[in-house]
Amino acid sequence: MKRRDRVDIEKRKKYQKPIYSYSSYINKGKFIDNIVRYALLGASVSTVIAIIVISYSLLSESMNFFTQVSPYEFFFGTKWAAFFDDKSFGILPLLAGTMLTTVIALAFAIPIGIGAAIFLSEYASPYIRKLVKPILEILAGIPTVVYGYFALYFITPNLQAFIPDLYTYNALAAGLAIGVMITPTIASLSEDAFYSVPQSIKAAGYALGARKSQVILGIVIPYTLSALSAVIILAMGRAIGETMIVTIAAGLRPSLTLNPFESVMTMTAAIAQAATGDSPRGTVEYTSLFAVGVYLFAVVAVLNMISGYLKKRWEIKYE
Amino acid sequence: MSESISESKDEREILTSNRRKRLVRISEFSFQAYVLIAVCIGIMILTMLLVNVLVNGIGRVSPSLILNYPSSNVNEAGMRQAILGSLYTVGLAILIALPLGIATGLYLHEYGSNNIINRAIQNALINLAGVPSVIFGLVALSFLSYTLALGRSLIVGSIALAFLVLPLIVVATIEGARLVPTTHRLAAYSLGARKYQVVFKIVLPRIIPTALTSSILAVARAIGEAAPILIISGLIFIRRDPASILDEFTVMPLQIFNWVSRPQREFIELSAAGIIVLLAILFTLNITAIYLRNRLQKRFIE
Repeated sequence: MKRRDRVDIEKRKKYQKPIYSYSSYINKGKFIDNIVRYALLGASVSTVIAIIVISYSLLSESMNFFTQVSPYEFFFGTKWAAFFDDKSFGILPLLAGTMLTTVIALAFAIPIGIGAAIFLSEYASPYIRKLVKPILEILAGIPTVVYGYFALYFITPNLQAFIPDLYTYNALAAGLAIGVMITPTIASLSEDAFYSVPQSIKAAGYALGARKSQVILGIVIPYTLSALSAVIILAMGRAIGETMIVTIAAGLRPSLTLNPFESVMTMTAAIAQAATGDSPRGTVEYTSLFAVGVYLFAVVAVLNMISGYLKKRWEIKYE
Repeated sequence: MSESISESKDEREILTSNRRKRLVRISEFSFQAYVLIAVCIGIMILTMLLVNVLVNGIGRVSPSLILNYPSSNVNEAGMRQAILGSLYTVGLAILIALPLGIATGLYLHEYGSNNIINRAIQNALINLAGVPSVIFGLVALSFLSYTLALGRSLIVGSIALAFLVLPLIVVATIEGARLVPTTHRLAAYSLGARKYQVVFKIVLPRIIPTALTSSILAVARAIGEAAPILIISGLIFIRRDPASILDEFTVMPLQIFNWVSRPQREFIELSAAGIIVLLAILFTLNITAIYLRNRLQKRFIE
């Protein structure tokens, strides 16, 4: 070997070292990068696991229920008596109770919530907006137990002044309290939708000589219709899932009625009642809760899916 | 003859157009009235609620309400174990939900592409946000209390509440990450930073204000939640402080629920007093969140 070559090799060795350590640095970085990526992924997967666990527990416990009670009796039975000696598990009374309170809640919350949203986005000055907005936020943050108290000890006595044959525990007061509870949700989400209406469309309306109410009713609301329906369906899901208000104020009496002045029991209240009562694991009373839970979960999930679909359609239009 | 006919036609047109104008004016006015009434009803209800609670409950707010255990003697009854239970349960829930929520939000925003796993995570989050809270209680009771044999204990309540507020924290994290300008990330990359360095040194510090605010709001939400805890712990009567995470427990809203469901006048007052304490805590939390949001946003973003 020539001397020059040897020098070359030595030189190369000299330079190789930093190059080698630099590549190890790259590998180390890549390693950490992967660790971080998979750690974050692992944390995120917990949400998927949670959904799987929720579906699995609900389904497996309700399978146990349906080995003891026929699905026909459950879906079409007209009597719910989980805690009597003569048990019967027909979900229709619970469904009627849920529908009744939900319809009352929406009948209150939609006009009030959307009216408030229109006021805030179209009429209110920035100063008044700053004043009113926090009030709605406070209403949104009040715990449901408090609304239950309000329904039982404020709404019902005041309603009884007008409606003498109102029960102490009734669907009307509970429904109204749920309506108050979901109003801020409807108001703030529809306000967001109203803000996204392009100024140019509204200006075009005014240019044609329309008045403010005509612009709102003829342009703003039709434009935001899919967003508004998404909001309302979302609120409906919350009203159906509401538990404490109906447990406190609606009376816990499963009756197949659509009379809002009577006591009713909703699906959620049936679940809550069983928790306050004595239902050891493995009994029919216990597994029946999960069957009701699956029903509730399915209804709310379908509503959420519709709401999500409408929202997506709205977002495509908006972009 | 023909003139008079055309005149009367004009008159009629003027008349109808006048009537239409008046109609438009009336509908305009009634619409404004409707909108105003809608807002006023919202404000009125809040006022009536607060006044009603204050009038009924203020007489019973006393140190013994916070320091004593519940008792059938109304004058000595308190909610000490419930306040401590709420504190522990919700504290633990946030300790679980905050890291999970921030990690999920970071993953979805920074690493998110449109593959199956990411879509599964997003769908799971949407569903989790929509599940009625009572279902969380039901599942926690069946899976954690019985299948995993944790019993009807404090930790089960915490885990249920953690997953209840998780979507809230994830959404806040994503919102926060969205506020970080892309140019900052690109600048870091151009200096040779790796992705994890960008995520931890550029994005994460700027998420802190939103994460903090959202975690306070999550605490507020979790403190008020009664339904899942009712399913998990049942309506039990305890007269001691929760000592470990495997202890049985109760929370403030449940103690209030217990008092609300008794028809005696004294217990109604007591429940109103409990509500005052609960609302005071919630308002303090909310005001802190708003204050922090304003302050930290100024410091971090400007």
